[in-house]
Amino acid sequence: MDSPYTTVIGLEVHVQLATNSKLFCGCSTQFGAEPNTQTCPVCIGLPGSLPVMNRLAYELSLKTAVALNCEIPEFTKWDRKQYFYPDLPKGYQISQFDLPMSSGGFLEIHDTKDQFEPKRIRITRAHLEEDAGKSVHDEVAGKADSEIDLNRTGTPLLEIVSEPDMRSSAEARAFLDELKLLLLYIGVSDCNMQEGSLRVDANVNLHLETDEGKIATPIVEIKNMNSFRAVERALDYEAARQYRVWQETGQKIGESPKQTRGWDDAEGITLGQRSKEESSDYRYFPDPDLAPVTASPERVHEVKAGLCELPASLRSRLLSEHGLSLYDADVLVNQGRAVVDYFLEVAKQSGDSKSACNWVTQEILRILKDREISIGDFSVSATHLADLLLAVKEEKLPKSRAKDALELMDAKNIEVAEAIEQLGIEQVDESALMTLCQELLDANPKIVADVQAGKQQAVGALIGQAKKKNPNVDPGQVRKICLELAQKD
Amino acid sequence: MLRAATDEVIWCRLFWGVDRHNSDRYFSMSLLEHSACELLQLLEEGKTSSVELAQAYLDAIEARDSQIGSFLRVDAEAAIRRAEQIDRRRGKGEQLGKLAGLPVAVKDVLCDRETKTTCASRMLESFRPPYDSTVVAKLKAADAVLIGRTNMDEFAMGGSTENSAFQVTRNPWDLERTPGGSSGGAAACVAGGMAPLSIGTDTGGSIRQPAGLCGVVGMKPTYGRVSRFGLIAFASSLDQVGPLARSTQDAALLLETIAGHDPQDATSLDVAVPKYSATIKQPLKNLRIGIVREHFAEGLDAEVETAVRDAIKVYESLGATVKEISLPHSKYAVATYYVIAPSEASSNLARYDSVHYGYRTDRAAMLKELEEERKELETAGDQAGLNSLDSPLVRMYRQSRAEGFGPEVKRRIMLGAYTLSAGYYDAYYLKALKVRRLIRQDFDAAFEEVDLIASPVTAQPAFKLGAMADDPLSMYLVDLYTVSANLAGLPGISLPCGFSSGGLPIGLQLQAPPLGEETLLRGAYMFEQATDWCRRRPSLER
Amino acid sequence: MALTRKDVEKVSLLARLRLSEAELETLSSELAQIISYIDLLGEVDTEGVEPMAHAVEVSNVFATDEVKPSLDREQALANAPSSNGRGYLVPPVLGS
Ligand SMILES: [Zn+2]
Repeated sequence: MDSPYTTVIGLEVHVQLATNSKLFCGCSTQFGAEPNTQTCPVCIGLPGSLPVMNRLAYELSLKTAVALNCEIPEFTKWDRKQYFYPDLPKGYQISQFDLPMSSGGFLEIHDTKDQFEPKRIRITRAHLEEDAGKSVHDEVAGKADSEIDLNRTGTPLLEIVSEPDMRSSAEARAFLDELKLLLLYIGVSDCNMQEGSLRVDANVNLHLETDEGKIATPIVEIKNMNSFRAVERALDYEAARQYRVWQETGQKIGESPKQTRGWDDAEGITLGQRSKEESSDYRYFPDPDLAPVTASPERVHEVKAGLCELPASLRSRLLSEHGLSLYDADVLVNQGRAVVDYFLEVAKQSGDSKSACNWVTQEILRILKDREISIGDFSVSATHLADLLLAVKEEKLPKSRAKDALELMDAKNIEVAEAIEQLGIEQVDESALMTLCQELLDANPKIVADVQAGKQQAVGALIGQAKKKNPNVDPGQVRKICLELAQKD
Repeated sequence: MLRAATDEVIWCRLFWGVDRHNSDRYFSMSLLEHSACELLQLLEEGKTSSVELAQAYLDAIEARDSQIGSFLRVDAEAAIRRAEQIDRRRGKGEQLGKLAGLPVAVKDVLCDRETKTTCASRMLESFRPPYDSTVVAKLKAADAVLIGRTNMDEFAMGGSTENSAFQVTRNPWDLERTPGGSSGGAAACVAGGMAPLSIGTDTGGSIRQPAGLCGVVGMKPTYGRVSRFGLIAFASSLDQVGPLARSTQDAALLLETIAGHDPQDATSLDVAVPKYSATIKQPLKNLRIGIVREHFAEGLDAEVETAVRDAIKVYESLGATVKEISLPHSKYAVATYYVIAPSEASSNLARYDSVHYGYRTDRAAMLKELEEERKELETAGDQAGLNSLDSPLVRMYRQSRAEGFGPEVKRRIMLGAYTLSAGYYDAYYLKALKVRRLIRQDFDAAFEEVDLIASPVTAQPAFKLGAMADDPLSMYLVDLYTVSANLAGLPGISLPCGFSSGGLPIGLQLQAPPLGEETLLRGAYMFEQATDWCRRRPSLER
Repeated sequence: MALTRKDVEKVSLLARLRLSEAELETLSSELAQIISYIDLLGEVDTEGVEPMAHAVEVSNVFATDEVKPSLDREQALANAPSSNGRGYLVPPVLGS
């Protein structure tokens, strides 16, 4: 690329952990309830209430940190991050400051479109903290009162912070895709961005080569990005904007305070946000209400051993053991573990990974998508699909009828043999086929003449007619025989 | 000094303002003279009823509390209703709780869904918790009759109960003087015969100091022994709930009722609670008492020193060995405490932001004032002033908190926010946490050599109300002997050990290693049995 | 460390307390006095000493992930200084 600058991007991802109850109390974390119906003395921060940590939330964060190759220190504690905001009822957020539960991990990313080389994005840290509530502002901002809903307050979040290792919006997108996939695989979050289960903030600035040497522009934090697509757009916009500003002002990092900008998706621009007063002095200190947590190396090892196969390893296994292309492996892995397992089973039983891959990535995924169902709800089992593949291979089922067979198997919940029978598919014997082709040629002298004149494609019209007379004929064969007979004439 | 005064003399001076010729009153008053344990016996034997008992104490409150001011609220009807229920259940032969029918006063800092919980603060003047604190729930489950809510320093910050936003509490031994604090109401109501048992909280001495100044027994258990769930926090790593009573035996009974592991408090200890009341009468053999060199220094009142040294002689006469020990970091305890406690308090009290509960300033007036300020700044062309002018939301916070909190609370919030703020954290807060460990290590070493540490509770007997109003630092130094136990998490007890020439009670403090409540109570009981200080009662005639 | 009136003003914003001129004056001198007493800690050698944030040091205290009943909305909002029956109301969070 000939860009005059390098974009430097670090991401902060907040993931809602898949618990039934909140981080420090028994209130439900179910999305979409009526405002203030999922709160209790603890998450309202009523005087006298005390937090007790949800074991599952801790375990899910530990699992994630291990999956992200983080180091897990033996001792971790929770701190109070203090600031006043109406959606933060205690006046502090319980979070982790100087001794997070994990640090120093990485996540590998790659690009199927070859826009960048595979690379390792370092994870600075991942820590467990509580979410705040929600302020509902009036349409005419600044006029009417804001309404506060505390249903979300105390929802367990894992904050995952990356190093500024990404150099383009495509890399950032790949990081997010890969992270989301990992989280879904290990089952720690539903990662639903619409429901706020996954939120992304980005830190971005530019590195430029100038006559004075390398310089960096001031770091900007971008918030309010509601989809991965929005993250890409915001980063592209922001990089261009920062370059423009640099050209105008020449301002370098350290010459202005860190700025926060909000992404306006409709306008496609980032807008400066009012900085909070003295926002940086959070007066962190260890929360005296919560006990620290220790994780022995044995415990961490246990968690590691208990992890399922992660997407990256699965992908490389599909490449090395099944000879799939990176593109196909990606398509399969991105569909989630259940689809991959389905594929693996079909491949194993049919002994043909390539056909299995084609069938799964094309036919099966299309059906799932059309019907908006998951693989678990699809009635044709991997074994039955493998049978179908075998039938094709053994020429019990013409390739041309295979899709019909699959449809029938799915619709009637039957096996391939029965589908073949119900479709009336029989092997057409050679002499019958010869007779049929000769009859067709006799009835179509113009086509014969065309073929003899060198227009081989003219036989195409005969194939349709042949199929009408006998649906079991193999189009390829019909074509072959017709050409031979026509040229003999 | 040993059990010299006859009971008669003491009883005759009892309970001022009572028409002793009124025979009904006389009987009900005599109920006030019994210990909680004796009252339980009378209830079980059917010699009195819960209603009669509750009425007797309600009458005593009615008669005396206008002078003392120990209760913020008394709901006589609710107490009688509750007593009736218990009597009915007793009549039916139902299994009743440990404190069945006994009146208990509760410091207004523990949430009770049936009444407001104010922390003696304007901020929570109308706060009604939708839940019970674990201690209150345990008292209810033990069939206690919760007779009223006692006064305290606002948010338990203070040592004189003068920081209450609502009323002054007076020392029953001298109405000109403080009952101590912050559990001043809790101590005064027991000393004044208005409750046989009372619940206090102790963050830096707030049970032991008022108990000492009011001549009653008060105990701070090991941190984590009693649940803090529903206790409105002052300094979470120091706060602990404990009993106040007229005798160690009563204190043991109340402690074993409220103690125990609570899954709702992550700092609560998952350790079985001994039956303190069952073992308290067993004397300790080969008891080793430690006295701390650093405790008998400058500033200790001569009469207090004499009383404490005499108490130690009593122990020697009971066969204990006395050993001088050193707690080299004890001189840093107050400084350590006044970093940690305000730091935690500044955070704990951030929740009072007038959004979800608590006091909120008058909005229209606030906005009007803000608008006037803006106009003034605009007229003056003061751009910097305009930039730093509060937003309506920030002003609402600041104004509400300014009006809702009293001066001492504000002082500690300011101090704590400062010691936690960027640039000072290491020098103050972190430093204090390290000194805290050294203080704890001093105790660990000392308890290798002794079983209990004996000391004064305070350097002076009760001071005059208002005497320290303008001198916060001197007020803080009152906590000299008590704060260490909170920093180190140890149990401590205060029990009467003498009187000043002016007739003011003097307290003896005993401290034990963590979870050493049983030893502490047995040791205290030995002293109590050998002396009569616990049986003395104040008189109004002075 | 010397505490200045400017510090006190800054902290009063951090702590969201509005202080009058008179309060700022008194607090500045009182806090300065208290801080200079606390500075006593500076003389303690704490090299290599682990900070002690809890009075009794326990670890790994957890609750099971189990949904328990929440408060009724009416109960939850009962103590709110201002609410519309659905949420807590505050002066506009956004806006100047
Ligand atoms: Zn809750």
